[in-house]
Amino acid sequence: MKRRSLRHEASVIHVQIWRKTAMTLVNLNRLTVAYSGVVALKNVSFQIGAGEIVTIVGPNGSGKTSLLKAIIGAIIPQEGSVEVKSGLKIGYVPQRLNLDPTLPISVGRFMRLSENVSKKECQRALEQAGVAEIMAKQMSELSGGQLQRVLLARALLGSPEMLILDEATQGLDQPGAAEFYKQIEKLRKETGCAILMISHDLHVVMSASDRVICLNGHICCSGSPQAVAATPEYQELFGADTDGALALYRHKHDHKHDSDEIKSTNLTEAAR
Amino acid sequence: MLDDFMVRAFLAGLGLALVSAPLGCFVVWRRMAYFGDATAHAAMLGVALSLAIETDVFFGALIFAIIMAWLTTQLSGRNYAMDTLLGVFSHSFLAVGLVIVSFLSGVRIDLMAYLFGDILAVSKSDLSVIWLGTLVVLGLIIWRWRPLFLTTLNEELSYASGFNPKREQLFLTIALGITVAVSIKVVGVLLITAMLIIPAASARNIARDPEMMVLAAGVVSCISVVLGLRSSYIFDTPPGPTIVCVALATFITLNLISTLRRLKL
Repeated sequence: MKRRSLRHEASVIHVQIWRKTAMTLVNLNRLTVAYSGVVALKNVSFQIGAGEIVTIVGPNGSGKTSLLKAIIGAIIPQEGSVEVKSGLKIGYVPQRLNLDPTLPISVGRFMRLSENVSKKECQRALEQAGVAEIMAKQMSELSGGQLQRVLLARALLGSPEMLILDEATQGLDQPGAAEFYKQIEKLRKETGCAILMISHDLHVVMSASDRVICLNGHICCSGSPQAVAATPEYQELFGADTDGALALYRHKHDHKHDSDEIKSTNLTEAAR
Repeated sequence: MLDDFMVRAFLAGLGLALVSAPLGCFVVWRRMAYFGDATAHAAMLGVALSLAIETDVFFGALIFAIIMAWLTTQLSGRNYAMDTLLGVFSHSFLAVGLVIVSFLSGVRIDLMAYLFGDILAVSKSDLSVIWLGTLVVLGLIIWRWRPLFLTTLNEELSYASGFNPKREQLFLTIALGITVAVSIKVVGVLLITAMLIIPAASARNIARDPEMMVLAAGVVSCISVVLGLRSSYIFDTPPGPTIVCVALATFITLNLISTLRRLKL
C-alpha cells in the first residue's frame, strides 16, 4: 500500500487497522477535506475491494466530488489518509468534457490521447463499452449516450483494476441510464474490475451495486442497497419516495423496459 | 539581408505567426479570449516601467503579462469571478502604465508604437528576442502537448492520467506572457488577441483534428503576415492593423467556403 497524502504527521496516530488483505484497492482512513475553512468531508472511512461495485450517493454539496478528487490525488486531505494499492491502475470516467465547438477531435484520436495504445485496443475498448462503430466520428457529433460510452471506453484502455465514474449518467434519460448501468455490470463480469460510482441519480444507480454509501459530508449509512434504503438517515436525505427506486432495482433483471414501463413499475411499486 | 527593414519586418511577423497559432488554438479551445486581451493590456504597465528605468520593453512586458495572468488565476473564484478580476487588473494596469509614461519627460515616447505595434522599426536585437521567444513557446507547447490538451478537456481526467493541471495552467500562462511580450513590437498590445484568435478560428473550418487545426492556424497566420505586410507597403497603410485585416479576410473566406460546402451536402 502506498500512502498518497499525509499533510499532518500527527494524523498518523489515527490510522486504523483494517483487514489488510491483498484484495483491498483503496482504503480511506478518517478522511477530512476542507476548502478555506469550510469542511466538505469529515471523518470518512471505507474501503473498496477488488471487483466490488460501490455506489456513493448524496445530495448536491455532500462532498461526493471532493471524495473522488481525494482518491485520484487531485486534492490533499486536511486529515486522515487515502491509501491505494501500489501500482493500482484507475480508469477515470469524467462527468463531462469541456468540448468547445471550436475543438475538432475524432473519437479515435481522443481515445489515444492519454496512453499509447493501438487502434485495435481502442476498437476493443469501444466494443466493450457498447459503441463499436464510431471511431471516425467527431466527438462533437456524438449524442449524450455515445459520449458517455466513449468516455467509458477510454477509461477501459490499459485494463484498469478500478473504474471511477463521476455522475456518469448525467444528461441521459432514465432508459439511457439503465442501459448504461447494465453495460457497467456486464463489464464487471467480463473484466472483474472494481467500480466506484458517484451519483445523485437514485433511481437506477442501485441496481448493480454491491454496496451503497450514503454521503452527506460524513457517511450517513452504508450497506447493501436494500439495507441502506431502509435506514431512517437515508429516507431523511432522499425522502420516502425512494422505495420506488429499489422496486425498480429488484425488477430490473427480470424484464426489459421501455421508458413508460419503467415509470409505471416505479409507481406501482411505490404505491405498495 | 537583415539590414533591410522590410526583411526584418517579415521575419518578425513570421515569428509571431508561428507562436500565436498553437497558443491561439488553446486560447480558443479554453475560451480564454478575454484572458489574452487582458494580459496584453496589463503588459503596457511593464512597457512603461521598462521605459522609466531604460531597459528593454520585452522583459517589462513579459513580467507584467505573467504577473497579471498569475494574479487572476490565483484570485478568481474567491470573491470575484474571473472576468471581473480581469477587467479590474487589465484596465488599471493599462491606465497606470499610460500615466507613468506621461511622467517620462526625457524622450517623447511614441505610445502608438506600443498600442498598435511598429513592425517596420524592428531592430536586429528585437528580431533575436522575438525568435527566441517563439522557439521557447513552441518547445513548451510541443513538450507539454498531451497534458495541456487533456487539461483543456477535463482537469480531473488530467489528474487521473498522472498530470498536474495546475502546473499545465502555469505553463500556458507563461507561454501567453511570452507571446504577448514578443508581439508588442509587431502588432501592439491592442491587436495581439486578434493574432491569437482569428487564425485559430479560421482554421476550425478546415480541421478534423487538433494538430491539424494548429497547423492550419499557422498557415493562416503566415499568410496574413506576408500579405498584410505587402499590402501595407503597397497601399501605405499601418502594417499591424493591415495584417489583422488580412487575417479577418481569411476568416470570412474560410467560413463562407465551409458554409457553402455544408449547404451543398
